[in-house]
Amino acid sequence: MELALSPEDAAFRDEVRAFIKDNYPAEMRVPNPETDLSKEQMLLWHRILHNKGWIAPLWPREYGGPGWSITRRFIFEQETTRAGTMPPLAFSVTMVGPVIYTFGNDAQKAKFLPRILSGEDWWCQGYSEPGSGSDLATVRTKAVRDGDHYIVNGHKTWTTLAQHADWIFCLVRTDPAAKPQSGISFLLIDMKSPGVTVRPIITIDGSHEVNDVFLENVRVPAENLIGEENKGWTYAKFLLGNERTSMAGIGRSTRYIARLKKIVKAEIPEDDPAHLEFIRDIARVELDVLALEATELRVVAQMARGIDPGPAASLFKIRGTEIFQDITELTHRAIGNDGLAIREHPVSANHFMPGPDYGHTASEKYLNSRKLSIYGGSNEIQRNIIAKAVLGL
Amino acid sequence: MDIQFTEEQELLRSSVQRLLRDRYDFDARRKIVASEDGFSRKHWAEFAELGLLAAPFSEAGGGLGGGPLSTMIIMQEFGRHLVVEPFVETVVVAGGLLDQAGSDAQQQAYIADIIAGSKLWALAWTERGSRFDLATVTTTARRDGNDYVLTGEKTAVLAAPWADHLIVSARTSGHRHDRGGVSLFVVDRRAANLDLQSFRTIDGRRAAEISLRGVRGELLGREGEGVAALEACRNRAIGALCAEAVGAIGELNDATLDYSKTRKQFGVTIGSFQVLQHRMVDMFIAHQEALSLMQHLSLSLSDDEAGISRLASGAKSKIGYAGKFVADQAVQLHGGMGMTDELNVGHYFKRISSINIQFGDPAYHVLRYAQLDAVA
Repeated sequence: MELALSPEDAAFRDEVRAFIKDNYPAEMRVPNPETDLSKEQMLLWHRILHNKGWIAPLWPREYGGPGWSITRRFIFEQETTRAGTMPPLAFSVTMVGPVIYTFGNDAQKAKFLPRILSGEDWWCQGYSEPGSGSDLATVRTKAVRDGDHYIVNGHKTWTTLAQHADWIFCLVRTDPAAKPQSGISFLLIDMKSPGVTVRPIITIDGSHEVNDVFLENVRVPAENLIGEENKGWTYAKFLLGNERTSMAGIGRSTRYIARLKKIVKAEIPEDDPAHLEFIRDIARVELDVLALEATELRVVAQMARGIDPGPAASLFKIRGTEIFQDITELTHRAIGNDGLAIREHPVSANHFMPGPDYGHTASEKYLNSRKLSIYGGSNEIQRNIIAKAVLGL
Repeated sequence: MDIQFTEEQELLRSSVQRLLRDRYDFDARRKIVASEDGFSRKHWAEFAELGLLAAPFSEAGGGLGGGPLSTMIIMQEFGRHLVVEPFVETVVVAGGLLDQAGSDAQQQAYIADIIAGSKLWALAWTERGSRFDLATVTTTARRDGNDYVLTGEKTAVLAAPWADHLIVSARTSGHRHDRGGVSLFVVDRRAANLDLQSFRTIDGRRAAEISLRGVRGELLGREGEGVAALEACRNRAIGALCAEAVGAIGELNDATLDYSKTRKQFGVTIGSFQVLQHRMVDMFIAHQEALSLMQHLSLSLSDDEAGISRLASGAKSKIGYAGKFVADQAVQLHGGMGMTDELNVGHYFKRISSINIQFGDPAYHVLRYAQLDAVA
């Protein structure tokens, strides 16, 4: 299914497609890009996009964005995800960047934005805490003003790829007396500061994506405060709004379904009754994708006309993650007995894995994708959002 | 139908519970899994000492005569503690096959060593392309004097890296999918011309692909009757795996319920949210149904009832889906913690995922359940 494109937009789509084909680094085509690439390898595509001026589709032209229309941004996302390219680090480009250019001062813009675009600075997100998951407004990490510094103490968790990060953007409590949402500030902290410790959290797939970040008497220059003190919640909410439709993951799901079909064809003979079962299950999930894609295209068309989907966009997160979980589960099922095996981490080239290559990451993907219905606001929370903000319940 | 345990069975259950509580907590298990061997001979010796390895065998064969009910009792507790040692492979699967199909000489030679805890076994039946079909066998066995010589490849042989002996299915006649013509062989795991490529399994155990290039094997049971023997063996294995799954489901439900009563968000325990309450009610129901089916299956296995294969497939499917539902939701309700290697919840999830592949996944068995009805 395609958006109806003007000749100019169609030409743009072709240009993006050709650019990816000619420039996406072969080095990044590894079995599982999310876990198998080094920091430097992950940044290869980032730098290529930066040189092309395409690294930050969302950003206005004055800060280094390409100045695309909503339609073009969508086309770009569609083409890059369909081609299976690894998206540039979202915490840098999609999250903290827009907060800085929207709410930051000129000095902050000048200092941080160019380094985000170039990939020189790697950002991570200091939101969740052990006691603050779904209920983010209760963050307890404290920042106490001390002259021209804040002294920060606290414990952030589930911090994705903090092991690579140069900077962390944090929600910190600056007014313990205020109502939970009102006493929070948005603070940028240099990961090299004394008192910052990163501890890996290994997940059930054996990989190291997330971390605990401990902050002990970390001195943070007051100039690293974004906007006003105690207004951090507003900025955080703004940032969460940037995810919107990208959560649907249509391109990724489409690619995984194509691969699943190949696996089923290779693994399960047509006269096996299981074959028909798989055909039916795959068709169902394809229809799920089709319906979500149609919804996405409808919303994108509305956005292009200036109509914002508002909180209804939570449906993209709910359905997108459920669909991808279904696909990874079907894939794991399709490889049969080989699904018992899992790659060891860190991945070593001489470690034996049974069965054809196409199944080697099925177990870890199946396990890893359990996180999708939990992170970024659990699917229960997303349903609450729709119930309250859309249905008025 | 509710099993009233005899005094002996209660004793078995409480002694397994005590042993595992004292010696097999989650930290101990983690150390065992991380060890070079990936399992613990010391714990295996303790299982032997306690009589667990003797429990299901007949008294005539040197066992305690506990049958499938003792297996159920042991496996349910093993499921609660995520025991990795190859009880199913050695005692239930190989022990069961030797007991069922072995000659007197073979039973004497092998069963006593299993009971004593001195030998470990694994079953090599799956091949590339066989998926879950016991009859799809391309490995061949050619008669050579009193022995046979085996050639072929076996996949996903659980516990093979630990085993002293293998039972291997191989074709003595017929074509690739023929039910007839498959025979079983006892093979020394360290035999000449046998190669093992080991790998880790998702649930922290070890398995291997096995290549046989002219390996000597000793016939187990009658030539050409391997598939029937394997079917009976699979029913017993399903009984054990279902009990293990029920143990794991019970632990997940307890852990999730506890967590939901202590974890606070938005100023209240998350267990106060109706949507999560209903989820946990469904998890409770899934556990109740799985427990009942497990008992029903174990009793039927004990009585060697007709139609046992159909019931075994039904239970494997239903309990498999129940396990998957509970495991999914246990991770979901634990949030990020459920995703960590540190917490036990994810490890139950992975064990249940693995059980759901062993001897056929829930989708395979629901189809088989339907097909066996059509036949009857």
